[in-house]
Formats: sequence, C-alpha cells, structure tokens
Amino acid sequence: MSEQATHQQPAIDDVMIELRGMHKWYDKFHVLKDINLTVHKGERIVVCGPSGSGKSTMIRCINRLEEHQRGQIIVDGTELTGDLKHVEQIRKEVGMVFQHFNLFPHLTVLDNCTLAPIWVRKMPRREAEEVAMRYLEKVKIPEQANKYPGQLSGGQQQRVAIARSLCMNPRIMLFDEPTSALDPEMIKEVLDTMIELAETGMTMICVTHEMGFAKTVANRVIFMDAGEIVEENEPHEFFNNPQQDRTKLFLSQILGH
Amino acid sequence: MDTKQFERGPDLPPPITEIGAIGWLRRNLFSSWLNSLLTVVVAYLLWLMLPPLIDWALISSDWTGTSREDCTSDGACWVFVSVRFNQFMYGFYPEAQQWRIDLIYGTLFLLMIPLFLKAFPWKTWLGGFIIFVYPFIAYGFLDGAWFGFEVIETTKWGGLSLTLILAGIGCVAALPLGILLALGRRATDMPIVKAVCVVFIEFWRGVPLITVLFMSSVMLPLFLPEGVTFDKLMRALIGITLFQSAYMAEVVRGGLQAIPKGQYEAADALGLGYWKKTALIIMPQALKIVIPGIVNTFIALIKDTTLVLIIGLFELLGMIQNALNDPNWLGFSTEGYAFTAMVFWIICFSLSRYSMHIERKLHTGHKR
Ligand SMILES: Nc1ncnc2c1ncn2[C@@H]1O[C@H](COP(=O)(O)OP(=O)(O)OP(=O)(O)O)[C@@H](O)[C@H]1O
Ligand SMILES: [Mg+2]
Repeated sequence: MSEQATHQQPAIDDVMIELRGMHKWYDKFHVLKDINLTVHKGERIVVCGPSGSGKSTMIRCINRLEEHQRGQIIVDGTELTGDLKHVEQIRKEVGMVFQHFNLFPHLTVLDNCTLAPIWVRKMPRREAEEVAMRYLEKVKIPEQANKYPGQLSGGQQQRVAIARSLCMNPRIMLFDEPTSALDPEMIKEVLDTMIELAETGMTMICVTHEMGFAKTVANRVIFMDAGEIVEENEPHEFFNNPQQDRTKLFLSQILGH
Repeated sequence: MDTKQFERGPDLPPPITEIGAIGWLRRNLFSSWLNSLLTVVVAYLLWLMLPPLIDWALISSDWTGTSREDCTSDGACWVFVSVRFNQFMYGFYPEAQQWRIDLIYGTLFLLMIPLFLKAFPWKTWLGGFIIFVYPFIAYGFLDGAWFGFEVIETTKWGGLSLTLILAGIGCVAALPLGILLALGRRATDMPIVKAVCVVFIEFWRGVPLITVLFMSSVMLPLFLPEGVTFDKLMRALIGITLFQSAYMAEVVRGGLQAIPKGQYEAADALGLGYWKKTALIIMPQALKIVIPGIVNTFIALIKDTTLVLIIGLFELLGMIQNALNDPNWLGFSTEGYAFTAMVFWIICFSLSRYSMHIERKLHTGHKR
C-alpha cells in the first residue's frame, strides 16, 4: 500500500469522491485490489470491464452497500467508516440506480419518489410531492404517478428509479448497469434520461457496456479487470488507442459484434 | 378512409361448449374419463349422505320448547341449544350485567365499520386504537373495578364471548411480538439478540399449548411470592400470547425471506435507517405475502382456545360440556358438538374469506 493512503489531507473543494488504496475481500476472495480513483465535481465516469471484475462492488462501496476493508473512501469530504452517522450522511448525498430498478412494488410511483424525502429529509408531504412531480416530468412519465411499478414497462420503471434518486437532491449519482435488464427499444429512453442528467452537471459514475453512451457523455472511461483498475483515459483515447493488452482484448470483444 | 386499410374482424361469441353451465360442466367435471368417474362417485356419496343429514338437522328436528320433553321427533333437538343459548354466549356472567358484554362487542363492531369504508381517512389511528387501547378498556369494563361497576371475576366469564376475548387478544398481542421476534432472529449482526429470539421461538414452538396452560395456571403461582395472585384469565392470555407469538414469528420470517435483497439495498441507498426501512419497505411487503399464513395461525388459535377448559375457564365448548353434564339434558352431545362446530366454522370461514378479500385488495399488479 502506498504511503499517501494514510496521509490525512482534507479533500480539495472540487473533489467529490476519492478512493485511496482501497481493498475489499469477500471472505478470502480479494475482489478489489488497491483501487485509486478521484472524481471531481461534475465529472462523468464510465466504468467497464468483464463480468466479475468488481465494477458493481466498487461503486457499491461508495455508498457502503458493501464495506471495504482497507484504504480510504472519502465522499464529498466525509470519510466512510463504521460510523453510522457518516454512512447516513453520505447516503443522503449519493443516489443509486440499480440494474433491476428495485422500485418498491407496494407503493405507487409517486410514493416511491416521496418516501425518502419525507422520511429522511423530513420534507413536508406537499413539497415532496411537488418535487417528485417535477422529476417525473423530467423523466417524462408524470402521467404514471399514481400507478404501481408492476404496471409499468421496464424502461418506465428505470426512469422512475432515476427520478426517485433525484428526489433526494443528491450531489452524486451511481448507476450500476441501468440498461442491461432492458429490451433494446427501452434502452434509448433510459440513456436519453441519463444524458439529460449529465447535461445538468451531475457528478456521475456509471457502470455500463453502452459504449455509445460512454463516447458521448463520459469525461473518463475506466477499465477494470480482476479487481483492478487496468486503464483509465478520456473516451476518445480509450477507444482508439488503448494501452493495455487486456483492454484491447476486452474492446475487441465488445465492439467486435 | 383508405380503402386498402385492413378491416378489423367482428368479435364472435365463443363456442357454446365453452361458456355457460354446459361449458363449465364440461371443463370442470367431465374433462376426462377419470374426472367423469370421480364426479359420478362423489355425486353418489353426496346423495347417500346429504339427505339424512339435512333431515336430521333441519326437517325432522325440534326448535322450540323449554325442556327435553318438547323434543318429540327423531331428528336433532335444538331446544337444548336454545334453552342454554344465553350461557353458551355469556358463560356465568350474571344476566343483569350482560349488557356490559353486549355494549363492548357492539361498540367494537361499530368502531370497525369505518375500517371498511374507503373514504375514511383515519384508518391507521382507528386501527391502532382498536388494537392497542380498546382491549384494555374492554377488560376494565367487563371486570368492572375501574369503572365502579359490580366486579365480575374472570372465572365467571365464559361462552362464546370468552372464546372471542381469548382469540382476539391472543392474536392482537401475538402479531407485534411475533414481528419483533422474526426481526430479531434475522439480526445476524447482533448475535445475542438473535440467540435469545431463536431460543424463545424454539422453546414455545416445542411445547404443546396444553402444557403451557397447565404451567401458567398450576406452576406459575408456585414461583410467585406468597399472597401475590394473578388473574387466571390473564395468565392464560399471557401463555397463549407467548405461544402464539412464536408461531407468528416463523410465519413472518417466511415473508421476510421472500423479500429480494434489492429492496433492502434500494432502501439503504436512499438513506433510510433500519427501523424506517423495516416499517416502510420490508414489513408491508413481507406481511402481505404471509397474510394466508397469519390467518391460518389465527384460525388455529381460535380453535386452540377450547383448551383453556383444562384450567377451568369455560369458553364456548366448555359451556357446552358443562351443559351436557346437566342431568336434565343427558344424551344431547351430538347437538352440542354440532352447534359448537358450526359456530367455530362460521367464525373461521369468515376470517378466511376476509383474508382473501384483503389479499386481492393489496394486490398491486404483477411483480417486478
Ligand atoms: N456477496 C458476495 N459474496 C461473495 N462474492 C461476491 C459477492 N458479490 C460478488 N462477489 C464476487 O465478486 C466478484 C465481483 O463481483 P461484481 O458483482 O462486482 O462484478 P461485476 O464486475 O459487477 O460483474 P457483472 O458485470 O457481471 O455485474 C465476482 O467474482 C463475484 O462472484
Ligand atoms: Mg455488476
């Protein structure tokens, strides 16, 4: 481990996420090895890599759905430790969108969106509903507000999930393969929503294999393999001039067909 | 209009063999030769058994009168039930005071009506009042001491009203306790809490209710200090509640296990803490899944209340057996048990239908 990992230094204003020498194990299995990553405010990072390389695990560490065992994770100036206060603080600021949407099936779309603002941010219901409707309009499904998630298509559900996260007014959004459970015709509507979100200047980390999205939206593409960040570059260089053999192999596989 | 446009075909009625009574019969009773055979055999058995039963219970039976001499036909003698009806409902509660029971149950009934009205906005509060406050008011009212009425000891309570008290309070108290136990049993990060819950659940599930009742009435007083008495009904209620909560815990745990990990993660990611996550996201879904199991446990409890007879509390079945020992009414056990069975069946069946109604109401479209 590098010496600077232990070197306590307040994050610079404009750094939103900082991973320093972060390691994670599942029992004896070393999933993440010495991850170092700095994400600045408004940056949009796309993470790609083969299945099982630890992409999900890495972004799930950022809002502590998974616990890391070594190194530091600092989100918006708060370090993630066992301290529940810090965890709660960070989760308020970090929104997450999952591959399988994970909407709450027993609540209407509107209630899905207002639940956390009301119970976590203590927002009055009225106001929460107004905020929710605003975001549902942004993701273009205000007319579905009173339906249940089970009555929506996959693409609509994922857009609700994005709106639900945005209602908490997060400073960072994490996406874990948001389109890979969707039919092709629905992928576009979700990607369009994400592109619009990117245009608002949201800090985003996005695990995805949608290379078109990476090329148009990302500031940086990160390639992971076997628990390590193998290569990191701006999209044009990353796709046209990959440095590492593993990256080349991966790109040839996903772009080859 | 474009002439080349594809014309929509007219809607045709389905073939006659698919709809109506004939269609139903074909599909359900005579769909294969085995099914047809079963239909015929069952119809024959029904034809053998039903007419004598109906004849005994309804046609050649006696309904009115005051003593066994009024039962002249060879069918059922419902006079036995009608003469003793008051006792079957109220036990040994003095007749002059029975209005208290009527009032308590009548009020309960009225209080529950708004729960079924769609437009009523304070359902949660009213439900909470009925579940957490009303039982105490009812207990005080029936006992009388708190309200300055004539005190009627719980040993005098009995009949169907006691059955409903035992079952109702048992259910109402066991559900929250069961939920906490189920949550405790899944708290892998709190090994001591978990261990306590596991031991508690396994202990109470492992002993028969009858033993629990015996212990509560015979053994518990041995451990209490001299002079401290503890109402017998109260002891039975505590025993039943603890026993029942263990079953409830396992039912609820089944529901918890069916909730996908993604639900917990989504709640965590939104920043909901443990209790908010549990109360707002996990429990509503888990309980919905296990409504049939919960009702099943309730129904079992309602029938198990008959066991309190062995500690000297006379609920409905107890009162019937008591009446059967009356020298004037020897030999009417068939009527007595048939009546009891009928009452229990009506209660349990209504509950079962009501639970199906709730399930349908809570159904919010197909899953994910
Ligand atoms: N809860 C867990 N317990 C043990 N091992 C796990 C657990 N979750 C993931 N793993 C393992 O950790 C590795 C990384 O998993 P992860 O889900 O982060 O991969 P991924 O890069 O997101 O893959 P995919 O593209 O398939 O989603 C995999 O080998 C996986 O089997
Ligand atoms: Mg993944």
